[in-house]
Amino acid sequence: MIELRELTKRYGDKTAVDHLSFSVRPGIVTGFLGPNGAGKSTTMRMMLGLDSPTSGDVRIDGKHYDQLRDPLNYIGALLEAKAVHGGRTAYNHLLCMAQSNNIPKKRISQVLDLVGLSEVAKKRPKGFSLGMGQRLGIAAALLGDPKILMFDEPVNGLDPEGIHWIRNLMQHLASEGRTVFVSSHLMSEMSLTAEHLVVIGRGKLLADTSMSDFIAENSRTYVRVRTPEPERMRDILASVGVMPAFDKDGSMQVEGIEPAQVGEMAAYYRVVLHELSPQKASLEEAFMQLTAESVEYHAQEQGAQPAPGPTPGGQTRPASRRRR
Amino acid sequence: MPHTTRVLRSEWTKIRSVRSTLWTLATALAVTVGLSALICAFTASQFDKLGKREQLTFDAVQTSFSGSGLGQLAMIAFGVMVVSGEYSTGMIRSSLAAVPQRSVFLAAKILVAGTLVLLVGMATSFLAFFIGQALLGEHSVSIEDEGVLRAVVGGGAYMTLIALFSMGLTFLLRSPLLAFAILMPFFFLISNILGTVDATKEYAQYLPDQAGKTVTAVVPESLDRPYGPYEGLLIMVAWTVAALIAGWIVLKKRDA
Repeated sequence: MIELRELTKRYGDKTAVDHLSFSVRPGIVTGFLGPNGAGKSTTMRMMLGLDSPTSGDVRIDGKHYDQLRDPLNYIGALLEAKAVHGGRTAYNHLLCMAQSNNIPKKRISQVLDLVGLSEVAKKRPKGFSLGMGQRLGIAAALLGDPKILMFDEPVNGLDPEGIHWIRNLMQHLASEGRTVFVSSHLMSEMSLTAEHLVVIGRGKLLADTSMSDFIAENSRTYVRVRTPEPERMRDILASVGVMPAFDKDGSMQVEGIEPAQVGEMAAYYRVVLHELSPQKASLEEAFMQLTAESVEYHAQEQGAQPAPGPTPGGQTRPASRRRR
Repeated sequence: MPHTTRVLRSEWTKIRSVRSTLWTLATALAVTVGLSALICAFTASQFDKLGKREQLTFDAVQTSFSGSGLGQLAMIAFGVMVVSGEYSTGMIRSSLAAVPQRSVFLAAKILVAGTLVLLVGMATSFLAFFIGQALLGEHSVSIEDEGVLRAVVGGGAYMTLIALFSMGLTFLLRSPLLAFAILMPFFFLISNILGTVDATKEYAQYLPDQAGKTVTAVVPESLDRPYGPYEGLLIMVAWTVAALIAGWIVLKKRDA
C-alpha cells in the first residue's frame, strides 16, 4: 500500500506536483496516467525518497522510504532514465544492489533468467539496446522479491514481444497479491493492463477511478451527420428533443439516437445527407479531453479568475472539445 | 551481517567492477614511480652541475617523489570517477533506492575508496622512494635516516588525501566535467603558479597540495615554509575534511 497525502513539489515558482493525494492498493495493477511533463516521474522519485517533497507526505506501508530497512525487499522500482553504470556488468550491477540489501546471490541469476538477460550477464550495459536496458532495470526491481513494484514507462523502447511480456509480467505480479504501480502517457497501453487508474495533469489529480468505471463513463457513442442543410436538420432533430453539436468541419454530432432513426427522419423530411455514421470516442480521446481541461484550468488560474476545478471522469461533452 | 558492513561490501563491488576506475589507480602508481625514477637518474648524472645552494638544500626524498606532481592527477581522476560515476550514469538513483540512508552511503563509499587509495598510495610512495634512492647512488639517503620514514609514509598519505579531497569536491559538484575542469588545472598549474609568484606565495602555501607536500620533505630549507611537516599535513587534512563535509551536505539536501 502506497499512500500520498497532499504531496507537493515546487521548483522555484513552477509547481511540478500539486497537492496530490491518492492510495495505491495491493493485488491490482494501478495505472498512473498523464501527458509528458504532468509530474509522474517526479511523483515516483518522491515515493522512493530520491526527491524530497516541498510539502505533503508519501508513505509505504505506513513508513517513509528512508525508514525502510533493506528497502529493495519492500519495493522495487524501474525508473524512466537508465539508472545503471555503463561500465559495470549486468551481473555486478545486480550484485552490488543485492549485497547492500541482504539479498542472496542466487537470486541474481534468477532475475536475470526471468527477464531474459542471462546470456549478457557478463556484458557491460554500455552496449545494451534500449530494450535490454529496460529489462535490466526490471531485473533490479524484482531483485528483492518485493511486495510493491513501481514501473515508470516500462514499455518504452521494448519491441512488441517485450511489450507483451511486460504486460503479462505486471498482471502476474498483481495476481500474486502485489501492489503494482505503473506510469504511462498512453491510455491504450493502460486500458490493457491496469485495473485502477490515477490520472494527473500539471501535477494535479484529475481522476482516481477503476478502469471499468472510466471506460463506462468515457466510451461515448454518437452519430455523425453531414448535410448541406444543417439548420433544417438541427430543427428536425430538435423536434424529437435531440440537440446536435457542431464540429469545426461543419458536421454534426448527435447523441441519444440511433443512426437508423436519424436516416428515417432525414428521408421523411427530404433532407440530403452526405454522411451518417455511428461513432465511438476512444479512451485515448477521453484521456486527452481530461488532460486538456487541466491545461485550460491552468491558463485561467494564471488570469486570476476563479475557475471550477476539473471534475474527475465523465465529462466528454462535444462542447468542451470545440473549446480546445 | 550488520547494515553498514553490507553497504561496505556493496561499495567494494562497485569499485572493483568498473575497469576504467581501476586503471586510473594503476596509472597513478606507474606515472609517479616511473617519472620519479627518471628524474632521480637524471639528477644523479647532473648533480655536479647544480649550483652550490641547490647542492646544500638537496632533498633526496623529495626528488624521489618528483613524479607525484603528474601522478597525483591520476589519483584525482580516481576520486572524481568513483563519485561522478554515480551521477553521470544515473546509478545514483539505484544506489540511493537501495541505501536511502545517505550518510551511510557516503561514509561507506569514502571508507572503501579511501582504503584502496591508501594501499595504492603507500605502495606508490615506497616504490618511488626505494627505486629513486637506488638511482641516486651516492646522493641517496636511507629509510633509517631522520625524518625519512615519516616523509615516505607522508607521501602515501598525500596521495590518499588528494583523492579524498577530489571525492568530496565531486560530491559537491556532482558533475565529472565540472570536477575535472576545476581540479586538473588547479593542481597541475594554478597552485604551482600561485606558489611561485611573489605576490601570492604567502597564501598559496596554505593550499592543500602545497601544504601537504611539506610532509614529504626531509630538508626543510628546500621548501622554506613557516610550518613543519606535520602541520602541513594537518592543513591538507583540514581541506579534505572541509570538502567531504561540503559534499555530504549537498548529498543530504539535494534531490538525486
